[in-house]
Amino acid sequence: MTDSVATAESASPGRAELAGLFRDFIDPEYVIDDEETLRPYECDGMSMYREMPMLVVLPETVEQVQRVMQICHRYAVPVVARGAGTGLSAGAMPHAEGVVLSLAKFNRILDIDPLARTARLQPGVRNLAISDESAQFGLYYGPDPSSQIACTIGGNVAENSGGVHCLKYGLTVHNILSVEMITVEGEKVVLGSEGLDSCGMDLLALVTGSEGLLGVITEVTVKLLPKPEKAQVVMAGFDNVQNAGDAVGGIIAQGIIPGGLEMMDGYAITAAEDFARAGYPRDAAALLLCEVDGTAEEVQEHIEQAENLFRSFGATSVRTSQSETERALLWKGRKSAFPAVGRISPDYYCMDGTIPRGQLAHVLTEMQKMSEHFQLRVANVFHAGDGNLHPLILFDANVPGEFERTEAFGSSILELCVEVGGCITGEHGVGIEKIRQMAVQFRDEELAQFNALKAAFDPAGTLNPGKGVPTLRQCQEYRAIKPQPQPMEA
Amino acid sequence: MADQSKQLQDQILAARQAGTKLNITGGNSKTFMGRVAEGEPLIVGEHTGIVNYQPVELVLTARAGTRLDDIDAALAEHNQMLYSEPPRFGGSATLGGTLACNQSGPARPWTGSIRDQVLGIRLLNGAGEHLRFGGQVMKNVAGYDVSRLQAGAMGTLGVITEVSLKVLPRPAASVTLVQDMPLEDVVGFMNARAAEPKPLTAACWLDGKLYLRLSGARSAVDATADKWPGEIREQGDAFWRQLREQELEFFQGDAPLWRFSVKSTAANPGLDGPWLVDWAGAQRWYRGDASLADMEALAIAAGGQVSLFRGGDRQGEVMHRQPDALKQIQQRLKRSFDPDGLFNPGRLYSWM
Repeated sequence: MTDSVATAESASPGRAELAGLFRDFIDPEYVIDDEETLRPYECDGMSMYREMPMLVVLPETVEQVQRVMQICHRYAVPVVARGAGTGLSAGAMPHAEGVVLSLAKFNRILDIDPLARTARLQPGVRNLAISDESAQFGLYYGPDPSSQIACTIGGNVAENSGGVHCLKYGLTVHNILSVEMITVEGEKVVLGSEGLDSCGMDLLALVTGSEGLLGVITEVTVKLLPKPEKAQVVMAGFDNVQNAGDAVGGIIAQGIIPGGLEMMDGYAITAAEDFARAGYPRDAAALLLCEVDGTAEEVQEHIEQAENLFRSFGATSVRTSQSETERALLWKGRKSAFPAVGRISPDYYCMDGTIPRGQLAHVLTEMQKMSEHFQLRVANVFHAGDGNLHPLILFDANVPGEFERTEAFGSSILELCVEVGGCITGEHGVGIEKIRQMAVQFRDEELAQFNALKAAFDPAGTLNPGKGVPTLRQCQEYRAIKPQPQPMEA
Repeated sequence: MADQSKQLQDQILAARQAGTKLNITGGNSKTFMGRVAEGEPLIVGEHTGIVNYQPVELVLTARAGTRLDDIDAALAEHNQMLYSEPPRFGGSATLGGTLACNQSGPARPWTGSIRDQVLGIRLLNGAGEHLRFGGQVMKNVAGYDVSRLQAGAMGTLGVITEVSLKVLPRPAASVTLVQDMPLEDVVGFMNARAAEPKPLTAACWLDGKLYLRLSGARSAVDATADKWPGEIREQGDAFWRQLREQELEFFQGDAPLWRFSVKSTAANPGLDGPWLVDWAGAQRWYRGDASLADMEALAIAAGGQVSLFRGGDRQGEVMHRQPDALKQIQQRLKRSFDPDGLFNPGRLYSWM
């Protein structure tokens, strides 16, 4: 590891000694130090990156979290906070000399206030459980990342998670009121309040999406939204991507902000249809799913407009859901796109760039060229409303050199995203996976400012070291080697 | 259209050399906010111009000194708007100042604040480095969110030189409903309305009257207006504009103006005097002499914070006080951006 962990005030205790310190106040069973039980923690959802931690602890109270942090701070032991481990950038990959602080025991919904439309949550509450529990009050929680069955609100805050409804309902940062955070020193602070705006600089926004580098979240208060009266989805097939992209622009220009607006390319359509049998047009080069929600009157007005508009942009097929069952079926294909693609390839690598929507056709064309160059297939799933592209590169990890080629392909895609005015990650975070591409999106002065900002929270650099923001040395190394793509197989 | 970033950078470097402090100004529309300003003026108000506007992308980028009025005019050509409805303060409010002071209008609980609209910024830090954070796309989680951090920082972390914003279409229709209601009933009523899936976009109470604004698709607005009680107020938009601009009678005169940002359902603080309830209860305005400490206790009881928005003693603290741990973090953050303490010393807190 190249990250610097400041010298401890006293020599760092070994694994057994540290485990002993934690077992003084944490159920001994929840202090894990044996190889076999540590193993599941060696990676998160980004399983290509692995590291065995020194220890895993699963505290059950905020006071225990504080004491863990105090001890780690005293000995300058790295701390990697972990929620459900569904992250896709290796943000929760352990540190070899560090402690994984799992928030899995913090899984209680503390309070739902139906009148104020808020919910107070422990960080390990699953994203979907918030909406499930709120449904009895006609409320739900807006952000719905694809992993919402498993991912937790603490991780959502750390990554500023999005989902398919971001364009209209925003990201995590737009849907939380406050967090309780334990600082690296083990102090408890509250950022934000039960009001909408707090005085002074917006620390709540700063901590959202900070990937566990600034503190450990122990409680989150979220806003809840009234469940729309009605939602309907229009599916439109197009025989070329340009028309589909233009149709997305057309919807926006019409003044309609859809609840969800998703696009899939030919490869993804076929894979999803084989898997979900949703009735997608197999011969289409691009498919749009446009969901309109709101009052019954509003949905009817906008659905008619959307149908006509898609036809005027050359849609080869248009179908509108006539029931909740049909709506769910049309979404099923999209929501299962990743596993569906997984069926046609031994492995796939999910990218997460964002681009200005107008660049879509250009980016897809360039990506096709790269696909030929790297000799790897790519399927595209696109949050078209907000410009977040998820190319899925298909590869076989058992073929020597293929993952390296996949990484190089992915790297080229992210660089293209930056080149056209976008960025390297829309919702998955930088973690370790994209740390090198940070040097493409930011200049040294900006990275230095990020590192200075980090030091304001964590002077010794023990919170999730090696993630999120590269050191300037890492950047120089990356820039020096960048122009050489991995060689083709011999 | 004038790019003054080089001049601003030179001024920062000169001030650093000379050890002088800088008082960042834009359109001088919010000089009454925060504590008394110190330092030589650093005028961002001439650093103006819309740099990029892509209506179909729903993104606008403008230099920080650009007047909101000019942005409104450009957006109006494409039937779009600044959906956080920030105050224009007589036309002189600038984009940079609006973000730095985190100013949003009546729609804030439903459509979001200026901070929510921000996608990216350019910023001159205390070393005179011109930095770029965030971007011009809807989603971007690369690096820390330095852009939104600026909201409410009042220029203490650096000079915002450019802002990229998400913009949205204007609602097709808008209707304002008015009905009589005593203060003690209003908070519960507003919140119950806000919990319904209807196109509510503003809720305010003043002088015994509740004002609700519905906006969105024509069919949805009309159907809801038929169903909900209240008289339709002709030219309802004028009321919301006067509220946003603080031009209503309530805001006139010299009595100190206090802003409570609290839990929307909290009972109104038991303090006699004029109150205005906005944001369906999440923002309450009070006029009158009081001590910050007394007001803080009321705000905490209501789940939020208070600030002395206008008038009163501006030599003392005017913002809800911070616990020590947060104070230290903010002081260290300040030093990480502005190690010599050039920008707006004491404007936000006496200790920063």
